[in-house]
This record gives sequence, C-alpha cells and structure tokens, in this order.
Amino acid sequence: MSAVAARATPLLEVQGVSVRFGALLALQRVSLEIHPGEILAIIGPNGAGKTTLLNVISGFYHPYEGRILFQGRDRTRLRPPEVAALGIARTFQNVALFKGMSVLDNIMTGRLLKMRSHFLLDALWVGPAKREELRHRAVVERIIDFLEIEAIRKTPAGRLPYGLQKRVELARALAAEPTLLLLDEPMAGMSVEEKEDMCRFILDVNQEFGTTIALIEHDMSVVMDISDRVVVLDYGRKIAEGPPARVRTDPAVIDAYLGVPHA
Amino acid sequence: MLGHATGGAHTQQALDPELDTFPKLVRRNATRWPRKVAIREKDLGIWQTYTWRDYFEQARLIALGLAALGFRRGDKVAIVGDNRPQLYWAVAATQALGGVPVPLYQDSIEQEMAYIVDHAGARFAVVEDQEQVDKLLHVRDRCPRLEHIVYEDPRGLRAYREPGLLGLDELVERGRKFGEDNPTYFDEEVARGHADDIAIICYTSGTTGQPKGAMLSHRNLIVTAMNAVATEGLGPDEEGFAYLPMAWVGDHMFSYAQSIVTGFAVSCPESARTVLQDLREIGPTYFFAPPRIWESILTGVMIRLEDAARPKRALAHACLRLAQDLERRRLRGQPRPLWKRLLLPLAHLLVLDPLADNLGFRRIRIAYTAGEAIGPEIFVFFRALGVNLKQVYGMTESSALISIQRDGEVRLDTVGTPLPGVEVRVTPEGEIVYRSPGVFQGYYRNPEATRQTLEDGWVHSGDAGFIDAQGHLKIIDRARDVGRLADGTLFAPKYLENKLKFSPYIREAVCVGHGRPWVAALINIDAGAVGNWAERRGLAYTSYTDLAQKPEVYELIRQEIARVNRSLLEDEVLRGAQIRRFLILHKELDPDDQEITRTRKVRRAYIAQKYAPLIEALYSDREHVPVEAQITYEDGRTATVRANLRIRDAETFAVAAAS
Repeated sequence: MSAVAARATPLLEVQGVSVRFGALLALQRVSLEIHPGEILAIIGPNGAGKTTLLNVISGFYHPYEGRILFQGRDRTRLRPPEVAALGIARTFQNVALFKGMSVLDNIMTGRLLKMRSHFLLDALWVGPAKREELRHRAVVERIIDFLEIEAIRKTPAGRLPYGLQKRVELARALAAEPTLLLLDEPMAGMSVEEKEDMCRFILDVNQEFGTTIALIEHDMSVVMDISDRVVVLDYGRKIAEGPPARVRTDPAVIDAYLGVPHA
Repeated sequence: MLGHATGGAHTQQALDPELDTFPKLVRRNATRWPRKVAIREKDLGIWQTYTWRDYFEQARLIALGLAALGFRRGDKVAIVGDNRPQLYWAVAATQALGGVPVPLYQDSIEQEMAYIVDHAGARFAVVEDQEQVDKLLHVRDRCPRLEHIVYEDPRGLRAYREPGLLGLDELVERGRKFGEDNPTYFDEEVARGHADDIAIICYTSGTTGQPKGAMLSHRNLIVTAMNAVATEGLGPDEEGFAYLPMAWVGDHMFSYAQSIVTGFAVSCPESARTVLQDLREIGPTYFFAPPRIWESILTGVMIRLEDAARPKRALAHACLRLAQDLERRRLRGQPRPLWKRLLLPLAHLLVLDPLADNLGFRRIRIAYTAGEAIGPEIFVFFRALGVNLKQVYGMTESSALISIQRDGEVRLDTVGTPLPGVEVRVTPEGEIVYRSPGVFQGYYRNPEATRQTLEDGWVHSGDAGFIDAQGHLKIIDRARDVGRLADGTLFAPKYLENKLKFSPYIREAVCVGHGRPWVAALINIDAGAVGNWAERRGLAYTSYTDLAQKPEVYELIRQEIARVNRSLLEDEVLRGAQIRRFLILHKELDPDDQEITRTRKVRRAYIAQKYAPLIEALYSDREHVPVEAQITYEDGRTATVRANLRIRDAETFAVAAAS
C-alpha cells in the first residue's frame, strides 16, 4: 500500500514546522508527508513532540515557522473548527467524551459540523430538520454497527470501561466522515485483547472507508502490525522515516529508544 | 422402575406432497401471507422486517445463485454465523435444490470447524462475516471438498482475493441472471424434493468424543413441528425470538421448522451482546431458552436488586417471596393460604408485572426450558413472575422434541408427557428409549454410532429416568453419570449441580463422588455477580483467579453450599449425598478448553481427567492444591495460568434434623 501511496500527491504536507513554548523548542523544522490511504505511525520517546505535532496539524497550535498544506492548499493558520470542517478529525490521548450523555448522543456530536438546519425547525422536529436528523442518525448507526458498540448505544459514556470509551471516541471522530483521522495513542492503557480489537478497527476503517490515518503509538508491536510507514521523532526532530521494518533497525531510532546521551 | 407412556398412536403421518418439504411450505406461506412478517432483524438500530414473500424470494435467489455456481443435488452447505435472516434463507435455498444444510456453531474454533466441514464434505459454505471466513480459509487445506465460501457481511473482506470467495449480494445477482436464463429451474428443483429427503444434518456437540452428524428428514421435522404446534395451540400470530445458535436443533425447530409450518414471525437480535435489550423490544409470545439463559437472566435481576435502595429491595424481595411461595405450593398441589392469594394481585401490580415487562416477558404465552434440567428455584422464580414456563425434553435425534408439560400439568420435577406419536419406554437398566415420527435417519457417515443408538426404530437417549403414575416422564441424570457413593448411596451429580447453580454467585459446578466416601464439588464463581458483591464490600481484587481465591468468597460459597445441603434433606433418595468439601476453580470452564460443550453441558470424563490432582486433593486432608492450567484463547492460541487453590469443608446436615 505504501508503494502506491508514495506516488500520489500527499494528502497533508508538514514543511519545516517549528513550535516553541517559551524557551522550549517542541518541534524543530519537522517535515513530513501523509499520503492518501495510508496508515502513518508517529513514534518517539516521551516528550519527543508527537502530540504537539498532532496539535499543530489540527490547528490547536500554530507554528512560528514552516507551513502546513492540506490537499495542496496552505492552511497553517486555521483554527480547530476550520480544520475539522476540512475533513480532519482526531481523538485525544485522554478520553474527552461528554460523560453524562449517551454513547449515541456523543457520536451525534461528531456530526455537528455537518448539520445545517434552523434551531426553530430543530425544536419542532419537522420538515427538513427531521429528514436531516434521520440522515445523520443513519450515518451514526452505520458507525455503531461498524465498531460493534450496539449494546451500549443508550449507555451514558461516563459509565463505560476505559477501552470502550476509547472506541466511542473513535466513533465520534468517524462520524465527521473525515478524510484524515488523527489518533493520539488510541491504545494507551488497554488490555491486550482491547488492543487487538482496536487494531482491527483501525485497519477496517482504513480499508472500508478509505480514511487516511495518522496515529501516535508507543506499543511497537502494534506499530509494526498496522502501519504502512513510520515517522520517528526525538527531542522535536524527525530522526527517521520509512517502512516499519526498516525504521526498527535504524541505529538513530535504537539510540533514541535506548537513551544514548545527546550531544 | 419400568414404565411406558405414549402421546397417541405411532403412525407414519401422511403429508400433502405439495407441502412435504420446507421450500414448498415457504412457497405456500408466500402465497397465503405475502404481506405478513416472516422474519425481522435489528440492523443499524432499526428492526428490518421481511415478509413471507421476501423470505421466499430471497431463498429463491440464493438457491439460483448456488445453482449458478454449479450446485448439485445432495451437496452439503455449511452455514455459520449468528442468527441472520440471510442464513435462514440459505438453509431454505439449500433444501430447495435438494442439498443439505449443515449449520455450525459460530463460536467453534478452527479445529472443530475443520472436522465438521470435512466430515460433512461440504462443497459450499454460507457464513456471516470475516471472522468465519478467516476460520474457514485457515482450515481450507484440511477440507478439500470445500469450493465456495459465500459471506453476508463484506466488511474487512474487500481486499481478500482467495478463489471461491463471494459476497452474498453478488451471489444473489448471479442468481437473478441464472433465473432469467432458466425460468423454470427453481420450481422444477423444488418439485423434485420429497418428505423423506434429508433436510438438515445437525452435529451434536456430544459430551464425549467427536461430534456426530444427526440426519433429520423433512418429514421428521415437519411432523414433529405440526404435532407440537397442535398440542400447544400455536398460531400464525406468535412472535418468536431467534437468538440461540442455528447449529442447535432447538433453534432449527423453533425458529425455522415451526415458524414455517405455522407462519409465525421470528426476530433476530442485533448482536449477541444486545440479546436482552432486543428481547424487551420484541416482547415475544413464544420463547425458548436453555436453563443457563434463565439462570443468567435471574442473576441479572438479582444483581440489579442488590444495587437498589433498601426500601425498594425489601419490597421486591417480599413480593417475590410471596409469589414464589404460592407458585411452589401450586406446583406441589399444597393448599395456598387465602391471605397470600389476596395479596398476590398487589404483588403483581407493584413488583412482578413491572419486572416481567422490564425483562420483555409480559406478552409470553408459552416459554420453554430444555437441554438440561433446570434448578427448581429458577423455574419457580419465572413462573411466579407470571411467565408460563414449561419443561420440555428432547434431543437432536428426536427432532428436538419428545415430551412437553401441558398447560395445567406443569410440575417441578418432570418433563411432561410425550407428544402425539411419541412412545417412551424405560429399559430394565433405567435408560429412557423412545420411538417417534421425529426419530432421526442415522448419523452421517457413522453407521457404528447409528447402530449403537438406534435399535428397531427405538432411540437410546442415554438419560436415566422413569415414568411416574400420571404418565409424566422424569429425568434423573445422564444414565452414565448417575453413580453411587462408596456406601451405596445414590448420587446424581447434575441434580446437585443444578441446585448449586441456582445461586447467583455460582456459574458452573462439577460434583464428584462415584465410588467415593462422600461428595466433593468444584465450583466456578459467576464473575459478574461475585465481582459486584466484592465491590459492595470494598473487597479489592485483580483478576478472576484472585477473586475466586479470596477467603471471603470461599465463605460466601460455603453458605450457598450449606443452603443446597439443607434443601437436600427434603429428598429421601438423595439426602445422603451432601457436599462435604469444595474448592473454587481458578478459571471458568470453557468450551474452547473442551471442559463443557458449546451448549454448556459439563464433560465429566474430561474434567475428571484434567482436574484429577484437584479431585485427589479434595479427598485428602490438604487445605491447598497448586494448579497449572492451559487455557485456549479464541484464536486457538494457548497460555498457562498458575494458582494455589484453597480447599474448604462444607456444612452438612444430619438427616434426623429434617424429620
């Protein structure tokens, strides 16, 4: 898949992006490309700047130098809602669901950007509003079926075990029907079985919906199993990039993970 | 204790040659009730309905699709998946072409699947999804005759390029084309079908050895279904619920045979995890569950009750106690105090009816339990709720049904009287044998087993039991399981185990004692119920094994065993076989580990062998026994679990205290 993806024009390009928090350089001139249809893993030791990179892509932070192009157009300065409207959805490292709302309603919020109708019509639930809700509900139900969470449709999200909350978060991100899906540690804190399930769902999403996926992950076996390409960050720099098998044997990567002192 | 009972004359019932196979009956239904709902499935959160016309049309197209792939009469089709309308249609489609459907348990591991697919010589498989496709592809080299795998849900399968793999949609499309080119093909094939053709091969899980494929003819199933329908007064307006494995003859009888014969609708739940919610939405009038399902529903109720506020809990318990006491007295034919009878409507209003409604049982006219003996406490609980729960006895070899408790003749300890056309006898050795229109045609490619089971039309059930003065059949246990303690006391392990399993905290139990001085028990706790109990007490635990070995949990189980021992005093024959010592197992008994069958029957011989060191320890004076166990994951991989199990004495009761 990576071979096919490499020939196409990149879906997203990060060009020489640097991010600074006070004196701390979180990202230093990082460049990478995400190709349509691929699963890209971003790995690196703690504090390497992985989440910062995701936050830059999704518009939470703006780089002080460098550019971000999505589908060939510069959108370095966009804010999160505008990024989302472009078709980039994400999940968070710490689960960020509406705990008191049902799973169904949580996932429906993923459709908000696509809702058009008027609040008055919504309140009365007539005409276009009704048709629209049914349409959105149909999309959401397809995702519920896809992620096998039928049994918890009506359960308040806060009552679910952690692994399921992560799955609901993925469902909400999918509800936006994104072109690019950013997953920040989708498997953190999961049991082996939950991880296996999640891997399968990520692969299925990629294959079934054709969604391009960039994910941050620590579990190397997961990364090796599911990603087409891997980008390795260390101290805010990109130190390696390539297919998982090659990256794993890259001396710079081994150094970074084994903690060789930096000059 | 010899006996003989019949439910009427044994005759070869004549079937209308126009209506003597299931495809012919489906076609009749499509003409008679084109708009009536035949089958529902919850999909994408909505109940999708299909009429009898749809049922027939879909079955026809699938059949034509199979024909386009080169289906020949007599071909076997493996059917694997959760209950789905498409899979039921595939059964009808196979039969329409003179083929034989072979349903498999959807949770079978690869080896089991390979064995059955190969043994049946299936050329086709119609399966639900990627999970089943993967399993079949893995074992394909062991099933040389398997040519085509048709899947219903394409998810995750788009990139598969294996030869012979085909989506159901595409199959239907090909069928449509084939039908246009051969417009009379389908009707001709259906017309060639005959009542004595094999309609299905059901592989019995079997508590010993390899599965055996029981062949049932259309006549077997249709006549048995018609007899049961007539006896029980089932009509075309029943609502059934198809949620038990399609590979099990019970589901085939209730969700397929009876539904088609009578024309009533069945509903398939959305997924295995939503069964109880979907049950409530459908509110079936006709419902079937093996004891383990009734148990788990009861356990669910008890857990939720324990979490309720104290006044509510007290009220609920008081009403349940009242209703159960009355029901127990009624079943035993004892007088029922007037004041309790006067209070009963109030109990119904306040607790019982809302509870039944909550479970989806308000509309039930007839509910069955079968497959195993049900704990009397569980039975009484549901009857007290107002559910017309009745015991049924049968097995694969009898087309699912032998006897049913008639309305008004429901009793705790029997499985009712034989259905019309069924004759039941007890051999001098105490084994139940029967003869009926439903008696199977033999085991597929296993004449040796057929000879052992089938003798002059009589089937050896393998169950020990007797027929009482009223003609009711009473099952004691599996014939080979009934044993005697060293001093000669009668010991019926399953009877004890069922009593144990009434406790919400005990999920599974295995009693040993044959040839021993007394009875010992291996207990499986119910992770949900005991976990909840531990949480409420602030008892921390890390895993199932850890929870199982807590001294507090041992004390909890010890009390449950004391309750069972005390209740044994009521039974004159079995009161000597009280449980003396027990231990709690470190892992759940699992069909993947071959400890229980897929229908959750304990495989005693296997357990006796596998847990021999534990059983020896139970009969020693040791207080701990180390254990190391292989467990099998769903993908077939294995891992080892180590633990040091406690052994404790149980409280027993002197017989004199009872009299």
